[in-house]
Amino acid sequence: MAKMSSRRSFFLGFMVGTCTLYFFLTQVPLNKNFFHKMSLPVASKNKAVVENENLNWRVDGPALINLEHPHLKGEDSRVADDIYNKVRILCWVMTGPANLEKKARHVKATWSRHCNMVIFMSSTDDPNFPTIGLDTKEGRDQLYWKTIRAFHYLEQHHFNEADWFLKADDDTFVVVDNLRLVLANYTPDEPIYFGKRFRPFAKQGYMSGGAGYVLSKEALRRFVEGFRTNVCSHTSSVEDLALGQCMEKMGVLAGDSRDSLHRETFHPFVPESHLTGKFTKSFWYWNYCYYPIVEGPQCCSDLAVSFHYVSAELMYILEYYTYHLRAYGYQYRYNPGLPENYARLPAHKDTEQVPRTEQESAKNNSLDARLEKRQ
Amino acid sequence: MPHAPAERVHKMYSEGGSFMKGMLLGGIFCIVATLLSSFNFGHQQHTDHHNHHHVNAPSKEELLRLPEHKRIELSQNIRVYCVILVEPKDLAYWAAVRETWSKHCDKAEFYSSEEVKVFESVSVETKDPWIMLRKALKHAFDNAKDHKWYFIARPTTFAIIENLKYLLLNKDPDQPFYLGHMVKSGDLEFIELSGGIVLSSEALKRLVGVLGDSSKCPEQGRMIWKLPEDKELAVCLKYTGVFAENAEDTEGKDIFNAKSVNSLINEAMAQTPQEVAESCCSDVAVTFNGHSPNNMHVMMFGVYRLRPFGHKFHDSLVFLPPKDSDND
Repeated sequence: MAKMSSRRSFFLGFMVGTCTLYFFLTQVPLNKNFFHKMSLPVASKNKAVVENENLNWRVDGPALINLEHPHLKGEDSRVADDIYNKVRILCWVMTGPANLEKKARHVKATWSRHCNMVIFMSSTDDPNFPTIGLDTKEGRDQLYWKTIRAFHYLEQHHFNEADWFLKADDDTFVVVDNLRLVLANYTPDEPIYFGKRFRPFAKQGYMSGGAGYVLSKEALRRFVEGFRTNVCSHTSSVEDLALGQCMEKMGVLAGDSRDSLHRETFHPFVPESHLTGKFTKSFWYWNYCYYPIVEGPQCCSDLAVSFHYVSAELMYILEYYTYHLRAYGYQYRYNPGLPENYARLPAHKDTEQVPRTEQESAKNNSLDARLEKRQ
Repeated sequence: MPHAPAERVHKMYSEGGSFMKGMLLGGIFCIVATLLSSFNFGHQQHTDHHNHHHVNAPSKEELLRLPEHKRIELSQNIRVYCVILVEPKDLAYWAAVRETWSKHCDKAEFYSSEEVKVFESVSVETKDPWIMLRKALKHAFDNAKDHKWYFIARPTTFAIIENLKYLLLNKDPDQPFYLGHMVKSGDLEFIELSGGIVLSSEALKRLVGVLGDSSKCPEQGRMIWKLPEDKELAVCLKYTGVFAENAEDTEGKDIFNAKSVNSLINEAMAQTPQEVAESCCSDVAVTFNGHSPNNMHVMMFGVYRLRPFGHKFHDSLVFLPPKDSDND
């Protein structure tokens, strides 16, 4: 009798144990991970969407401060890490409310992650993106107003947090690491700026707006100083030319951004146009380029800095080509080293917020007032 | 009277004990059964093909253990013969392939349906894709035996031969390998031609051996209707004991792609918008398909030249740029 009931209990216990553990195992997919590593299921990736967005940045108002300079899988990044701390670039991206989702979002997800800091500048504030409102209207005729106000804002709020200040459009693709190489031969206290150099209308030339241009700290100081002393003003809405003319007046040099083989690094069009396009003789481009145009593969440096008119899809493709896809073991033909002046640059581990003196703050307040009156 | 409660308690304990024992055994049984069944499941997919495992590129640790001279020797010893099947209508793509990736093959031969004045090619004098493929492979076997690996492509494909060699580094060409982007169609697993097909010496040898057997591998194909040539190839190879394997990188991403980068990027923009370039495709991808001739030039720039300064890789293979070329 006792044996019967204990057998029954055993059997009952066996069933309970099996069923419990079965349900437990199906809820927790342990067995899958034991063997072959399957490719990631799509569902879990979507969860990472919101998390990854904020992983890179420390958000400080409208400024996105880079917490971690992105690294490539399996790389030796010692040189890149060193130059990241010695050539600090603050990127500002000119955009507008209508383009935040269409264009600026893709800049935020790609190349701007390689800047030390990035700020998206628009006509109106948007705390969610985030963007700063420059208090202008939208439209081509507002471009120079946006630029003037953007640079004044940077000079007022972020002057000591970077060595160089890059302006880009929301359809410009920039390889920031290669920009650091161009700038590594110079110090931020030199009055100089770089970009795709154009010829007409300015003696020393000026830099194409769409291809992006970068001002040294001293150049930025002089730009703002020019407006304070009325040497510079809103002369036209052709942003790149007007800025170039102000630079010239303030004694800021238009630099040569070409690589050591004299190949262009800043490009006003997409790679396909430069690499395969044949520009017709009547095309304006021929008369605008400060340096001789080279068509075909030598149009562009291996260490290219920028391209323009880049669609959202092309942003990601270029990010993939630049930072991911490579030919394993391939020994590149072109291997420049760091320039000699690089040794003079000090390292900055954090982007410290150096407070402005009272005098400097007072100066800026009166400047804002003057700008408002001007408009 | 005094015994009854004791007996009852004893019965309870023994029943309780049995119950617990039963539960424990049941739990163990369940775990074992699940493990065994998933082991079987995993095994079932792959035991059909002896030697089958997901063909991975070798790990860096394995390679770096070798001395440098050995690594250079190894790099030079992986010889790839490229078979590119063209027709006159493909002229623009043909030109692009000639000017771009085919320069990185140890030998690239264009097999054309008919002779074309503009470019050199081996004419196979047929427009039938399956017969073209048969003739091209027979020609490759007869003329290029010293190359250990054969890569077959159409001119709409872009291939990065260095990454192919990296994949093939630890593979013995005297074993039958048939690699690429694998597709399953009903019962047949085959490698898609548009993503590029890789055959080892042994696989090609076996194929050539069966080409003459019209019961197994006839010229007009085995079906009443025409199968695409990549499926016909798979059927013939199967007869010789050579089975298709999908090539993947160490993260399980396909390295042979029958789609273009644009197409894959667009998919990633929809599915993983925060990490598009990271997740769309492998870093050591071998092929993409469907790029325009101009885009092939852009890809050439993107693969062999464009890169961010200051990021170094200590790769264990060494590939030098080809002579007489300036776009790489």
